[in-house]
Amino acid sequence: MIIHGDEPGQIRLIRKLYRPGNYFMQGDEAVSYGAIFAGCRFYAGYPITPASEIAETMARELPKVSGYYIQMEDEIGSIAAVVGASWTGLKSMTATSGPGFSLMQENLGYAVMTETPLVLVDVQRSGPSTGQATKGAQGDFFQARWGTHGDHPIIAVSPTSGQDAFWETIRAFNIAERLRTPVVVLFDGVLAHTRELVRIPDIEEVEIAYRKLPANEEEAKLPFGDPHGDGVPPMPLFGHGYFTHVTGSTHKENGLRDVYTPGVHDKLVRRLHRKIEQNKSVYEKYEEHFSDDAEILVVSWGVTARPALGAVLRAREEGIKVGLFVPKTVHPFPGERMRKLGKRVRAILVSEMNLGQMILEVERYVNDDVALKGVNKIGGVPLTVEEILREIRGVA
Amino acid sequence: MAKEIYSKYPLIKYLRREALPTALCPGCGGGTVLNAFANAVDGLKIDPRDLVVVSGIGCSAWIASPYFLADTLHTTHGRAIAFATGVKVGLPDKKVVVISGDGDLAGIGGNHLIHAARRNVDITVILVNNFIYGMTGGQVAPTTPFGAITTTTPYRNIEHPLQISETVAAAGASYVARWTTAHVYQLIESIKKALTVKGFSLVEVISQCPVQFGRRNRMKEPAEMLRWFLRNSVPLAKAKKMKPEELEGKFVIGEFVNRERPEFTDELNKLIDEVQEHFGLKGE
Repeated sequence: MIIHGDEPGQIRLIRKLYRPGNYFMQGDEAVSYGAIFAGCRFYAGYPITPASEIAETMARELPKVSGYYIQMEDEIGSIAAVVGASWTGLKSMTATSGPGFSLMQENLGYAVMTETPLVLVDVQRSGPSTGQATKGAQGDFFQARWGTHGDHPIIAVSPTSGQDAFWETIRAFNIAERLRTPVVVLFDGVLAHTRELVRIPDIEEVEIAYRKLPANEEEAKLPFGDPHGDGVPPMPLFGHGYFTHVTGSTHKENGLRDVYTPGVHDKLVRRLHRKIEQNKSVYEKYEEHFSDDAEILVVSWGVTARPALGAVLRAREEGIKVGLFVPKTVHPFPGERMRKLGKRVRAILVSEMNLGQMILEVERYVNDDVALKGVNKIGGVPLTVEEILREIRGVA
Repeated sequence: MAKEIYSKYPLIKYLRREALPTALCPGCGGGTVLNAFANAVDGLKIDPRDLVVVSGIGCSAWIASPYFLADTLHTTHGRAIAFATGVKVGLPDKKVVVISGDGDLAGIGGNHLIHAARRNVDITVILVNNFIYGMTGGQVAPTTPFGAITTTTPYRNIEHPLQISETVAAAGASYVARWTTAHVYQLIESIKKALTVKGFSLVEVISQCPVQFGRRNRMKEPAEMLRWFLRNSVPLAKAKKMKPEELEGKFVIGEFVNRERPEFTDELNKLIDEVQEHFGLKGE
C-alpha cells in the first residue's frame, strides 16, 4: 500500500506496468489510471452505467499493484467499505452514477463528519431517476453540493477531457489526503465513454500527497482536534494501538460522543467548514481563456467546457471579444474570481448539460447590470460549438 | 457509587472509563453482552490493540462503542458490516468485530449481513436481538414475535419474525450460534469460537428490553424476560425433531454451523499473489 515507506517499490512496479506514452482510452479508464498513480489501493463499487468501466479497470489493475478490489452488494455498502478501508491507511475510492450517488449520500456525510479521506467519482448521467441511463449529463452539480443532510462543506472537481480526468483524479486524491476529507469527482457519461488520446506520464511527474499522521501520542489522542491550526487533524489510523474512536455523532476532539452540549457541535461543524475555507490554495482551480479583454464571458464546466472553448475561438475569429471561464474545482465555487470577472464584462453565458445549475452559483457573484443567460441542453447529447456560438452572437 | 462498581469490575481494563457509565437502561441485556464479550476477549488473551470493533445505530450499537477500549468505528444505520469489510481488507491480521442490534443488522442492514456471510469475510458479528427498535421508542422490528404489541403494532403484530441465525447459516457463514442473555457461559464460549473461526461468524444473542418490549408484553421486569427466554429455549438437537408449529414462539439455541470455507480476505490476498506471479511482478 502506498503509505509512506514503500514508495520505491511501488514506483518500480508502476514504471514496469505503465510505460509513459500516448494511449487511446476511455475517460473511465483515464480516471482509473489516475487513481492508481495517485496511490489508490482500495476500490469498492457496484456496477452502474456509465461508471462500470472504472470498476472493471480497477478489478483488472489493482491486484497488479497489491491493491484491493471488492464488488459490494450495493452503493451504500461500497462507500461504507471505502470509509472503513481509509481508516486502515489505504487510499480508497468508489465510482458510481446518479442513482448510486443518491444512495451514497448518507455515508458521504459520514465521511465529512468523521474526516475520512476518500474519492467518490460520480459519472453523471441523464436523470431524474433512471432517466436516460446510458447518456451523459451535468445534472448532479447540486447533488454533489447538498446531497447529504446537514450543514457541511464539500469539495468537488470536474474534468473536461480524458486527459484531464487522469490528472484531476490525482488532484482529487491529493486534496482528500491533505484536508482529510472526501472529494467528489463530477465526471460525466459523455467523457466517460469517449475514447481519446491520453498521455500517461512517468510516475516522477506525478505529485503524490499523504494524509497527516500523528507525530506523537498526544496528537493521536485528539483525532478531531486542530493541533496545527490549519483545521486538519492528524489521522490516528486503526491497528496502531491508538484506541481511536470514530463516530458520525457529534463528538469532542478526543472522538467521544457529546450530542447534548451545543458548543461541542458548534465548534466541530464550524471547524469542518473552516478547514475547507482556510485552505483554498489546496483545491481552488480554474481555467481562463481570453478573459483579459473580454466583454462577453462564457462560463462552463466539465464536458461542456470543450464545445464552449470551440465556440469562443470561432467567435474570436469573427472579432467578438468573448472569453471563457472554466471552474475545475466546482465546489467550493471560485466566487471571488467570478466576482472580479463579472465586473469586467457586460454579458455572461453559462453553458451546461442541465436546465441551469452552475448558473445559480454565478448569479450569486455578479451584479444585476450584467446580462446573465443560460445555454442549456438536456436529452443526452452534448452541446455543440454551433449551439454555443449562436448564443454568443446573440449577445454580441 | 458508579465509580465503586467500576473499580471492582475485574474486566474494567477493557473499558473506556471516561465514557462510563453506559447509557443503557437498567435491566438492559446490553451489559450482559458487553461482559460476555470482554470475558471472551480475556479468555482468549486477545490484545485489544488487535481488535477493531464496528457498530451501527441503535441501543445495541452502543454496547461496545464507545465503551470497549479498542479502535471503535460507530457508523451509520445498518451499514456496520459493510464498513467492517473495508477495515478487515485493510487489516487482515486484526480481529474485526461488529456488535449491533437486530433492527440495525437484520432490518435496514440485512443485505450486508447476508452478503458478508456469502462472501465469508472474517468478521465476527454479535447481533443483539431484543425484538424491538428500542432507541426510537419501541417500534415493531423485523424480529418482533407474531402477535406482540409495540408502539407501531398497538393492536398486534401481524408480521412474522426473521429467523436470523438460520438465514445467515444458509447464506454461507463459517460459524453461527444463537443463545440468550440467560445462557451467559454458553454465550461466552460461542463468542470465543466465533473470534477464533476463520470466516464469517455470527453469534445471535436474544436479549431483554424490558423498557420498550417487555413492558408492553406483560414482562416489565428484566427477570421475567429472562425466565421467558429459559422457558422457551429449545436446544438445536431437540428442535430438529420438532414440527414447525411446535417451534412457533420458541428460541432455538445452540451452534447452527461450524465449518471451514475459503475466507474472503485470504482469497483476495491469494488472488493478488497469483496475478503478480502471472505478470512477473513478484519482488518488485
